[in-house]
Formats: sequence, C-alpha cells, structure tokens
Amino acid sequence: MTAVPLRRRRAPSLPVAWRRPAALAGALVLLAWVVVALIVPLLPLEDPLRQSVGAAFQAPSAAHLFGTDQLGRDVLSRTLWGVRSSLPLAVALVAGSLVIGSVLGALAGYLGGVVDEVIMRVADLVFAFPTIILAMVVAAALGPSLVNAVIALLIVSWPNYARVMRALVLGARGQEYVIAGRLLGAGPLTSLRRDVLPNVSAPMLVLAMLDFGNQILLLAGLSFLGLGAVPPTPEWGSMVADGVVQFSSWWLATFPGLAIFSVVVAFNLIGDSLRDALDPRTAGAVQGSSI
Amino acid sequence: MTGLEITGLTLELNGRRILDGVDVSAPAGQVTGLAGESGSGKTMTGLAVMGLQPAGSKVGGTVSYDDGEVQVADLLSLRPGALNRMRARRIAMVFQDPSSSLQPMLSIGAQLTDHVRHHLGLSRQAARTRAVELLERVQVPSPEAALKRYPHQFSGGQLQRIAFAIAIACEPKVLIADEPTTALDVTVQAGVLRLLRGLTDDLGLAVLLVTHDLGVMSAVADTVAVMRHGVVVEHGSRYQVIREPRTEYARELVESLPHTPPPGTGEPE
Repeated sequence: MTAVPLRRRRAPSLPVAWRRPAALAGALVLLAWVVVALIVPLLPLEDPLRQSVGAAFQAPSAAHLFGTDQLGRDVLSRTLWGVRSSLPLAVALVAGSLVIGSVLGALAGYLGGVVDEVIMRVADLVFAFPTIILAMVVAAALGPSLVNAVIALLIVSWPNYARVMRALVLGARGQEYVIAGRLLGAGPLTSLRRDVLPNVSAPMLVLAMLDFGNQILLLAGLSFLGLGAVPPTPEWGSMVADGVVQFSSWWLATFPGLAIFSVVVAFNLIGDSLRDALDPRTAGAVQGSSI
Repeated sequence: MTGLEITGLTLELNGRRILDGVDVSAPAGQVTGLAGESGSGKTMTGLAVMGLQPAGSKVGGTVSYDDGEVQVADLLSLRPGALNRMRARRIAMVFQDPSSSLQPMLSIGAQLTDHVRHHLGLSRQAARTRAVELLERVQVPSPEAALKRYPHQFSGGQLQRIAFAIAIACEPKVLIADEPTTALDVTVQAGVLRLLRGLTDDLGLAVLLVTHDLGVMSAVADTVAVMRHGVVVEHGSRYQVIREPRTEYARELVESLPHTPPPGTGEPE
C-alpha cells in the first residue's frame, strides 16, 4: 500500500494562478487599465469634458481616434478617463454584494430555522421588484451620486448571491466530512468556516466574475436616468447608454463597450484560474493535462 | 465496567420507530460488533450515541460512558456544549468512505492538528509532532510529506488509516467505527482491520464496530450483537454467535454468508 505517486500536485497557492496563460492575460489587461487610471492626466489627450458642438458626431479620424460624441467631446479621452470611475465602482459593487450575499446566504443555509426564514424573506422582498426599478427608488431616495448608486445596487444585488450560497451550503452541510467535522467537536460557525465555505467558494467566485458586466451595465442604467454618474463625468456605462440611441454613430457605444468587455473578460479569466488554483484537486494541473 | 453502555436506546423519526430499545455494551479493550441487515438500525445507533441523530427525531434510553477518569451517566441528556467537549476527546467516530469523510480542501496536516489544538490546547508545533507520531502509528509512509498533501492524493486504504489517526488524535476512549472497511478493496480491508484491532489492544479503546459483513466481524470482534428491526436479537461472544447462533434470525444471517471452503479443500479454479 503506497500513496498514489502518479500526479504529485502542488498545494494550492495564489502564485500558481499566474502561471496559467489565461490568468496572466487577464491580469495584464487589468493591470493595463489600472496604469491608465493612474497616468491618464499625463497622457496627451483632449480634455474629456471639453465640448465643441460644431464637431459633434465625428466619425473616428486621425484627430479623434475614437470619434466624438453628441457634444463634440473626444470619445478616446472619455473612454480612458472613464476607467477611473467604472473600474473601482464595479469592483466595489461585486465585492460588496459577494461578501454580504455570501455571509447571509451561508448563515441562512447552515443555521436554518428562524435565521433562514428572516434572511430569505427579506431577499424575496427584494426579488419581488424589478431590479432596476428598486435600484432607482433607493438611489432616488438617497440622492444622485455614484456612491449612492453603488449602495442602491448593493441592496438589490446581494439576494442573488445569498440564494446561490444558501443552496450550495444546504448541499454541502449534509456531506460526510461536515458531519465528521462536527463529531470532532467543531461548533456550527467553525464547521461553516472550516468545512463548508472552502467547498462552495468556487461557484461563488465564478458567479461574481460573471456578475461584473451585469453590474457595470446596471450602474450605467442608473447613470442614464441621472441617478448614478452625474454628467458630465465620463463613465463607461453612461457612455454606452448615450451611444445606443445614436444608431448612425456606432463609435459612441462601441469603444466604451469594448472597454467594459475587456474588463469583464479579464475578470472571468482570472476567476476561472483562481478557482482552479484554490482547489487542491486541480491546483498545479496545467492546461492540457487531464482533469 | 469501563466503556460504553447503551440501554434501551430508542429513536423515533416521523412517527416511525427506527430503534426500539437497543441494549449493547462495549467494554474497554474490546471490539463489539453490531451486525444486521440494511435498515436494521446499526448506523442510527452509532449516530444517536454521538448526538447526531437526524433533525426532528426523538431519542430515548440511556447511554452511559465511563473511562475510569470521567463518568457520564447519560450522554443523551448532555447539553450541546458538554456533548461537544466529549466528541473527539472521549468518543470519536470513523466513517465508511474515507474519500467523503475527509475534507477535500484541507491538507492532512490541518485535519490532523485542528482538533488536537482545540481540545488538548497544544501549540502548532506540538500538534504537528503529534500528527507525525499518529501517522507513524497508523503506518502511513513518509508522514512528514503526508501532512502537506490533500485527501485526493491518497488511496482509499491510506485515507482510512488517516481517518483512524484523526479519530484517535485526542486520545478518545470510545471509538465508533461505521462500516470502516466496506468501501475498501478486499486486499486493503485486512490491513485496516489489523490496525483497528491493534489500536483497540494498545490504547484500551472500547470499539463499537458497525458492519453488515460477518466476515469482518469474525475477524476482529470479541462480542457480536445482531440487530433486526431496531432491536438487538442476540448478543454474545463472537464464537457463540457465529458458530452456535441461538436465534433463528442470527442463524439465517450466518447462513447467508457465501460458503467458503477452508483453503486447500476447495475445488481447483
């Protein structure tokens, strides 16, 4: 009887994630955006707020690589400046709803009973309204600003995470290793933290990564209604929202849209690799090998 | 008597009586077998003793525990906190399938030291040393390296040995083994059973071995209790129950074993 020596896999560690080409690509894209956010004032760009109505709706040209919008503002400049508000807000939104939703969902699923009822009925309450309408109500009540828009979106998006988390925890808590952990003297919270959460984190991480694009667009929706980014602040979501009504000027929505797309893809690539790296069963298994 | 004494254990779930007054005693230093067909309540007996009966079930009877140091008149009436302190420290359990009873996302080292540090208050370093000793005791090769590895990197037999190491880590006096060899390859079963017997003798454990496999029973058990429909129908020495069963049901159970002729007398293959 010897231990299986076939595939000696590495213990899970974050650096392993960066050895995967996909994760590396995602990280580079994000890094590029962070660099842009930091140095954008130094770049030789037009002022993103400078209007020249005479030069509105110009197609991409040497003077305006990404064209100009309905007020004659440079789309390239606005797209690059836009990362300053869009990226941190999207990260805050996804991270916030992931944390709030996961904690509440895990407690509901693991403890059950009254705790479960209270948390899930509040979640139902949120689900009962169309997302954007509820977000509008909350944002309007708080007053228009990006921070308030984020708070409003947190309030409407945590139940998605809580629902998924609760279902995952319900499935995991019946596992034999969770019972075995209880039999070794682990209390409910220790059991939840030590045995249940590590085994349900992968789908939650994927859910969060997929939610990025959604959240950016929701934020755009609020901005479009004047409840999020206050014009003329450049913000990707509101730029796309402005652009989609101008059918003949395709560049208005395309370039900020591509920016959102690049961030969403980057997060997805990182999320997938992170999930693999955190799971000891797949950690170190480089692409192309089995499993 | 030191060990575990189960008296009149009943368990009712959704109005159905699953255990109907189980009486079994598991004295220290002995392996007490609990045999019976599927659904006879063997596993439920083990879980009820540990206070892990299914939610919404009603448990009655008494389970007394005595290890010479600590006496508990009735485990079933302990408060959750007090029961939690008995777990691992006084009574431990080993499950059927080690690939599902070990936490897949935690290293063997963490699973061997977490509860030791919690229950015995050992330092990280001391717990690690203890973990290595334990792995040596259950004959897992290269224990130092094994601590850093994860459950999926071991074979079933190795995992079950590790599960035993985890169970005995806090020096419990009672071990409940629920079908510990059923999920294992037959060639590995014998090794694990020898380990179980060795631990029983060396540590003076009171072992309650739940199994439907009378072959396993006849290999390691000192006494055998046969269960049917939630009651113990026969309880006696291994030899007596298997060779001269007193009840009709025990006889049927023994006769249901595939007949294996002694080595050398069977027909050639």
